[in-house]
Amino acid sequence: MIDRAEVRRIAALAHLALSDEEETRLSGELSKILEYVEQLRELPTSDVAPTTAVALSGAFREDEVRPSLAPERALRNAPSVVGSAVAVPKILD
Amino acid sequence: MPPASDICDLTLAALAEKLGQREISSVEATEAALARTRAIEPKVHAFLHLDETATEAARASDARRAKGEARSPLDGVPIGLKDIFVTEGLPTTAGSRILEGFVPPYDGTAVARLRARGAVITGKLAMDEFAMGSSNENTPFTPPRNPWDLGRVPGGSSGGSAAAVAAREVFGALGTDTGGSIRQPAALCGIVGLKPTYGRVSRYGVVAFASSLDQVGPMARTTEDCALLLQAIAGHDPLDSTSADLPVADYSAAVGRGAGGLTLGVPDEYFGAGLDPEVESGVRAALARLEAAGARVKRVSLPHARYAVAAYYIVATAEASSNLARYDGVKYGRRAPGARSLHEMYLRTRAEGFGPEVKRRIMLGTYVLSAGYYDAYYLKAQRVRTLIRRDFEQAFSEVDAIVGPTSPTPAFRFGEKLADPLQMYLADIFTIACNLAGLPGLSVPCAFTRDGLPVGVQFIGKPWGEPVLFSLGAALDRDLSLHSLRPPL
Repeated sequence: MIDRAEVRRIAALAHLALSDEEETRLSGELSKILEYVEQLRELPTSDVAPTTAVALSGAFREDEVRPSLAPERALRNAPSVVGSAVAVPKILD
Repeated sequence: MPPASDICDLTLAALAEKLGQREISSVEATEAALARTRAIEPKVHAFLHLDETATEAARASDARRAKGEARSPLDGVPIGLKDIFVTEGLPTTAGSRILEGFVPPYDGTAVARLRARGAVITGKLAMDEFAMGSSNENTPFTPPRNPWDLGRVPGGSSGGSAAAVAAREVFGALGTDTGGSIRQPAALCGIVGLKPTYGRVSRYGVVAFASSLDQVGPMARTTEDCALLLQAIAGHDPLDSTSADLPVADYSAAVGRGAGGLTLGVPDEYFGAGLDPEVESGVRAALARLEAAGARVKRVSLPHARYAVAAYYIVATAEASSNLARYDGVKYGRRAPGARSLHEMYLRTRAEGFGPEVKRRIMLGTYVLSAGYYDAYYLKAQRVRTLIRRDFEQAFSEVDAIVGPTSPTPAFRFGEKLADPLQMYLADIFTIACNLAGLPGLSVPCAFTRDGLPVGVQFIGKPWGEPVLFSLGAALDRDLSLHSLRPPL
């Protein structure tokens, strides 16, 4: 059961501002989805290794310098730019 | 030159043939595709962005053909892209308000390979927001419609791609498939769609949803067309560390091989309660046809199949919550105006930019990864994922491919499953296991219901087993010729 306090705790972790209406709705929806996934508990898995990925193997390569996007192209989509930097609201008062 | 409407009726392979023989020019084909698109988009809504400059690329293709310098069979063929592919100079939204205004500074690998082989990109196609959905109703834009019945959904999340191919606005399209997002809309729209083996196609330059599951694949009217598209985009890419450094097979050769001598596994678990009777009879009829063509059919068991949806919605949402942390209004896309602090800017940008399903999945994914719940949910789901993979390994020790329905039902009506997220998730019950196990899956049209809705059969293959899937799909295409039927638009 995910109550509204729990919804607020998760939303803070996820950097999401939720309205009262969203908090209420998500409390019900997440509870229902979690109830559905509870069925996994009936499977004994203590001696089963987890699958984290199905890729063939880790692809290691040399860490070498290569051409990348020019700064002005990389910055073209930024909502706010000062000089060659992305500008954001202040972090500390 | 045939009339424009007839050009659009050609399959991708037939158009490629005519381009090669210079019976049709790329400019003619591209103008026909753009004209068709403009004419029927007010009904279908498959495109988020139409590239009116596509004829320039077509003209360049014709110039290459005139000099005998065609780059590939695809040179000059009009293709559409799900709006999840990053495209230089063309807007890319991933179906989300949070990426409104984003015009990428580069092409992803699959797109770059299509362009290098001469394909003409006519535009970007509608999708569920961040590829999360099975109906294309999870969108801030106008949802695309199913060309076979405009009151029904095209499926999702690559629903715009499936609708555009079915409505003959493009000769083929690229989609992505994390839990069925290529195969389910292909089935619902009566086209062919392939989710390749995990690692077969690079995801560099594809907006990430769940990185251990996401795969890029082709969608087109025939299996042969999908084989041509996969040939163009498959292969190793150092820019995607999960891309496999393995040789790419000759897929066109596989298309002509036929079903003879192949052993098909039919899992009891894929024919149980909840399966629409007309879907079941269509799939069983397809199996009978393949058996008549020389395939052997055998019962197999996938005992953990019923746990796939639960495991998937933990793994996929966990990975999504991490991947979508990057949308914070800082470097690209939308930023909520007027925030007084950085933290407030994050919270408001994400609150305003993401739709309800994306928020729901971010919340679920954040919860299952959070302290105290990780072992009970995320680790548990990864262990179940191993059990699901073992089921397939066991079955594939006896058969060449597994056959079943792609979707439990034909296309449903708008709004039918929207109120209950869990009901929508269960639309992917037969497609999700492929992604968890990293296997290739092909959906091919096999029947129409009494109401005129398409039914798809799914072939699941061994890792790198795309050639077997293409042999089976093409055998069925030749036998049934369903791709020659036109939606009533």
